Amino acid sequence: MKIHEYQAKQILAKFGVTVPRGELITQPEEARGVAERLGGTVVVTAQIHAGGRGKGGGVKLAHSPKEAETLAGRILGMTLITHQTGPEGRLVKRVLVEEGLDIARELYLGVVIDRASGRPVFMASSEGGVEIELVAAKHPEKILKEFIDPSIGFQAFQARKLAFGLGLEGKVVNEAVRLLQNLYRAFEATDASLVEINPFVTTRDGRALALDAKMNFDDNALFRHTDIRELRDLDEEDPLEVKASNYGLNYIRLDGNVGCMVNGAGLAMATMDIIQYAGSRPANFLDVGGGANEEQVRRGFEIILSDTNVRAVLINIFGGIMRCDIVANGVVAAAKTLGIKVPIVVRLRGTNVELGQKILKESGLNFEVANDMKEAAEKVVAAANRS
Amino acid sequence: MSILVNENTRLVVQGITGREGMFHTQQAVAYGTKVVAGVTPGKGGTSVEGIPVFNTVQEAVDRTGANASVIFVPPPFAADAIMEATDAGLPLVVAITEGIPTLDMVRAASFLAGKPTRLIGPNCPGIISPGKCKIGIMPGSIHLQGHVGVVSRSGTLTYEAVGQLTALGIGQSTCIGIGGDPIIGTNFVDALQLFNADPDTHSIVMIGEIGGLAEEEAAAFVQAHVKKPVVGFIAGRTAPPGRRMGHAGAIISGGKGTAADKIAALQAAGIAVAESPALIGETLKRITT
Repeated sequence: MKIHEYQAKQILAKFGVTVPRGELITQPEEARGVAERLGGTVVVTAQIHAGGRGKGGGVKLAHSPKEAETLAGRILGMTLITHQTGPEGRLVKRVLVEEGLDIARELYLGVVIDRASGRPVFMASSEGGVEIELVAAKHPEKILKEFIDPSIGFQAFQARKLAFGLGLEGKVVNEAVRLLQNLYRAFEATDASLVEINPFVTTRDGRALALDAKMNFDDNALFRHTDIRELRDLDEEDPLEVKASNYGLNYIRLDGNVGCMVNGAGLAMATMDIIQYAGSRPANFLDVGGGANEEQVRRGFEIILSDTNVRAVLINIFGGIMRCDIVANGVVAAAKTLGIKVPIVVRLRGTNVELGQKILKESGLNFEVANDMKEAAEKVVAAANRS
Repeated sequence: MSILVNENTRLVVQGITGREGMFHTQQAVAYGTKVVAGVTPGKGGTSVEGIPVFNTVQEAVDRTGANASVIFVPPPFAADAIMEATDAGLPLVVAITEGIPTLDMVRAASFLAGKPTRLIGPNCPGIISPGKCKIGIMPGSIHLQGHVGVVSRSGTLTYEAVGQLTALGIGQSTCIGIGGDPIIGTNFVDALQLFNADPDTHSIVMIGEIGGLAEEEAAAFVQAHVKKPVVGFIAGRTAPPGRRMGHAGAIISGGKGTAADKIAALQAAGIAVAESPALIGETLKRITT
């Protein structure tokens, strides 16, 4: 799960991570008062769930309270397009107004889980303010790493290694060490999957602050963080994906015209791939879970068909232990209640497969039955091209 | 022969009194797996399908001589169940549970390090040596005893591949689902090592997917150590970057973990990559006959 920068900063501040003073506003006229309280010079930042906001025109420096109001007015309500939003962009509903700082250096900090070692890794780089992926590709030696033993946590010596490795000197070293340790405490306590401070800055008066903040959370751990779950902003997600998640379905919208409904994530990806291999493009990823039932099949259909690009649907269920007659009944019931117009190709495997196919054929509905994945993909692509 | 599980495997089911645990225990028994014990804290002294239930894994091991465990415990308690089985000294622990918090698995993995227990999963279908022993949720009926080792990060896609092999009359020595999570106990290289050393496994099918670098590491291992024919398939050529495709570990992040990179690594290592998921069985047949 993702949250906004201002929310991440609120969480981090609770753990003792120093962040700039600032306030969140939703109306341009509020910017003036905030800027006056913060000393005149402020930075106005659009709050959307995407990186690259600065390049897209969503981050502006204001030298006076009046200018802050003007800039906030320009950013609030704009559709901000960045390399992460896609061409449709995102509507900006909130901006964060923060004190301007006299920045000495822009650095990078990040904590993620390293899959190979199975441990959290704390990364730091002197190359702040740019995309860390670019640094990783061009200058991997400029990313310092400290792996963390979960039983002892992130130790002070590790934070010092990173701080000195970044070339920090003088009294800011201790400030930075404290900030790094607090950052890790926040990562661990909130079951974050990623905490990224880019840039992490030092100021000419010897302070160290998280100028930007990004936090993602482990969806599997949200059951024990009800406070964080409440920070989810549904406006930042695709409405169909939100609807699917409410039914416990895993749906991701794509840009093709062949809808697909599959049980199991690996088979769902493979089904998308074979649709492309057969000459068309998948409209979505949809995993109805290992034991798809009638209700899930119906909801899955509903969501797939809400996407107006869909010209044909492929249902690929490898039931195994699951009985195909039950799945077939679910598919028929869903198709009837929803009044489906597009052609549907169904491939079933599992117990009672013949009975399942018979139910589909005798339903009087427009089903095409396929025996294997290749046949299913070819039939659905042909159907999509016809309709 | 086969790897890790066979007719001598004596299984304890952790979470045997739950809905999933009970159903899959019945399925395993019907397949011929020797299920000797169940564990549900607080339900010790009862029984399920004639199988005695104990309060702790240690007690189950002491009383029944169990030498493998399968975990159907709900996500909030599953990492603890893994550690309990490890503490009881079981050589093999198979964690089926999907949705375990990553940091719980970080701690469990750290607890496992240096101990003799092998963990398979979590978030996996389990392991089966056809005709001998089935531990997990896979349908036994699609398998056929034979000489192909199958290792995969997926559940139903593994069934798809196994179904193709069986339809072609090609049997399997052992099929392992290693799991779709970012932190798992047994990775591709571990499984390949075991298949490579098993005289009864004559060829190998490995099914990967986007996310992480495990397939790349497996490719390097195959190139250096495996003389047996290997077929590969990678799911997720059409997956968009930055999105988690169902499995917690299936995500292309920062340009890393794409299907294209993995396919290139497999091909460079001399692995026959099936172009389509419908061609996994046929590709194996082509390179082994």
